[in-house]
Amino acid sequence: MPRGAPGSYPMLQDILVTGLVNGGVYALLAIGFSLIFGVARIVNIAHTAFYMLAAYCFYSLLVKAGLGFAVSGIVSVAAVTLFSVLCYRLVIEPVREHESAVLIATIALALVFQELMLFSFGGHYLGIPSTLDGVVSLAGVSVPYQRLLILVVAALMLVATWALLYRTRLGLAIRATANDIEVASLMGMNVERVAMATVAISVALAAIAGVVVAPVYVVDPFMWLAPLVTMLAIVVLGGLGSLKGSLIGALVIGYVEAITVFALPAGAFLKGAVALSIMVLVLLVRPEGLYGVAFEEER
Amino acid sequence: MYFLRRGWAELKNEVFVLPSRTAVLAWALALLVLPYVYGDPYVLRIVTLTCLFAMFAASWDLLAGYTGQVNFGHALFFGAGAYASALVSLKFGVTPWVTVWIGALVATGFGVVVGYLCLRLRGSYLSLATLAFPLIALGLLFAFPDFSGGELGVSGLRRLATTVTANYYVAVLAMLAVVFGLWLIADSKFGLVLHAIRDDEVAARASGINTPRYKLTVFAVSAFAAGLAGALFAHYIRVAGPSTLETALSFQVVIWGIFGGVATIYGPVAAVFILYPLTEWLGSFKAFGELRLLIFAVIVLLVLLFMPRGLSPWVRDRIETACPRCKQRNRAWRSACRLCGAALQSLRYRPR
Repeated sequence: MPRGAPGSYPMLQDILVTGLVNGGVYALLAIGFSLIFGVARIVNIAHTAFYMLAAYCFYSLLVKAGLGFAVSGIVSVAAVTLFSVLCYRLVIEPVREHESAVLIATIALALVFQELMLFSFGGHYLGIPSTLDGVVSLAGVSVPYQRLLILVVAALMLVATWALLYRTRLGLAIRATANDIEVASLMGMNVERVAMATVAISVALAAIAGVVVAPVYVVDPFMWLAPLVTMLAIVVLGGLGSLKGSLIGALVIGYVEAITVFALPAGAFLKGAVALSIMVLVLLVRPEGLYGVAFEEER
Repeated sequence: MYFLRRGWAELKNEVFVLPSRTAVLAWALALLVLPYVYGDPYVLRIVTLTCLFAMFAASWDLLAGYTGQVNFGHALFFGAGAYASALVSLKFGVTPWVTVWIGALVATGFGVVVGYLCLRLRGSYLSLATLAFPLIALGLLFAFPDFSGGELGVSGLRRLATTVTANYYVAVLAMLAVVFGLWLIADSKFGLVLHAIRDDEVAARASGINTPRYKLTVFAVSAFAAGLAGALFAHYIRVAGPSTLETALSFQVVIWGIFGGVATIYGPVAAVFILYPLTEWLGSFKAFGELRLLIFAVIVLLVLLFMPRGLSPWVRDRIETACPRCKQRNRAWRSACRLCGAALQSLRYRPR
């Protein structure tokens, strides 16, 4: 993740804005990961690899094919979502009973994506022009429109996810399956379908994050590793499977990173270490995370 | 003469009766005679590195496979061993023969600390939390580059021995000793307790097992083996760099472990001996050089689709069957159990 634009303006506002923007992106990623873990008990290491795929897809549609921002954005999110469902059917579903096999299947998937992108686009950084140019002045800080866009999209998506989960029948099914898969199955829900829908939703969130941040961050085949670790820290910090926890964890980690980068010397190297240390500290006090429910021993 | 005959009888009755044991013996002997049969330095280098990674993978299996503490940050111990040994040998001029043990002990210390921090965590929480530790260490290394060498690492280390063959034997003997030691631990009563902790920690505690003490011990033992592997690795390639702490290495060991079959010790070792030379070999082709990680990942995916429990349990089920009465293992092509004489079911009609 890049540092916020250095400048002469005050540091406090800088921290506030950077933390909020990064927190929004992290929240999109972490909530998707949390959903899929809650419903299907899949620790999806490839989650941020889909985010990387979306960024590449966006790049090739926008820069190579010359389509507009809106078209390439929507097409890349849709394509990556469809692709994720395909991957789920072909690779994850056949080994669903074996938890460890699912785990390395997702790791291997992520490696496959990384190598494919490395092979077809090369390892160098790719830049994407900003969707919106210009800056707006908010409380004395000049915020580029692009970052504002990230914030708005993140907020909209979070609200949309909330509405989907709490205001639709599909959302009800997802929550029921996350709560107790066997009872949900007995109540006549097609839990396999629900799991698939959850994969699609969660990857769509990651893909949207990938598309909106691509112009701000550079695009390269290894861009999935750093957010993966941060996202895992957030999810564990907030409590696995808890959406509220993921949101709050994302904001906490976003701000902690911003403070480390702006306030400490050599902060850019230490931001990951500080964020992860906070996660470890929280786990020491509360092993199930901030909002996690202490799972009963599954036998 | 008596001892020779006694030894031969032992060998015949305990080793040759089972194809898997015969295979292990043949593999160990092959490793020991390799330099005399085929002394190509490149091949010896690959096998040396394979041995070091095999130690590392076996140590992960004791922790993750047997005890169920699925560690996603096992590279921490490898890197701790590598850096500690490198720094001590470089700053104080101590011979590497001493510093590899210091490296292993430092890694053991890290193992106890990580184990202590993770005592209350279980399942996915533990996996994801342990992922953090090597990254914290990596952040600290980058933040203090004049101490750790930063991106470049600590270079200019001495090797343990001077010739290629001698270095090869150091690695092979260390690997055989460590892997056999880990296997003995895993096969003992101690290992039985570890199985119990993995399968049901509450029940294990209710049976009067001090599970925190066992878990800490396993963390320490596993970290010791991983640290020794890391220290030997650093002295072999003569650099202790940040790559020894990377997430990629932690994931690599998870892939090796699960690919080979967890809770077996020999499974991950077999996986390393198959996958590591394979990736190196693929990398030696010009056309495949860039694709080798891709091919590696695809192979892992395909193998998993057909053998979700891992390679070695799958193979073992094909060549050996368990006696229905006494649960001893037999060659698959025997018609009666070698110990109790009960009729063995034919492989073809075995109910699934």
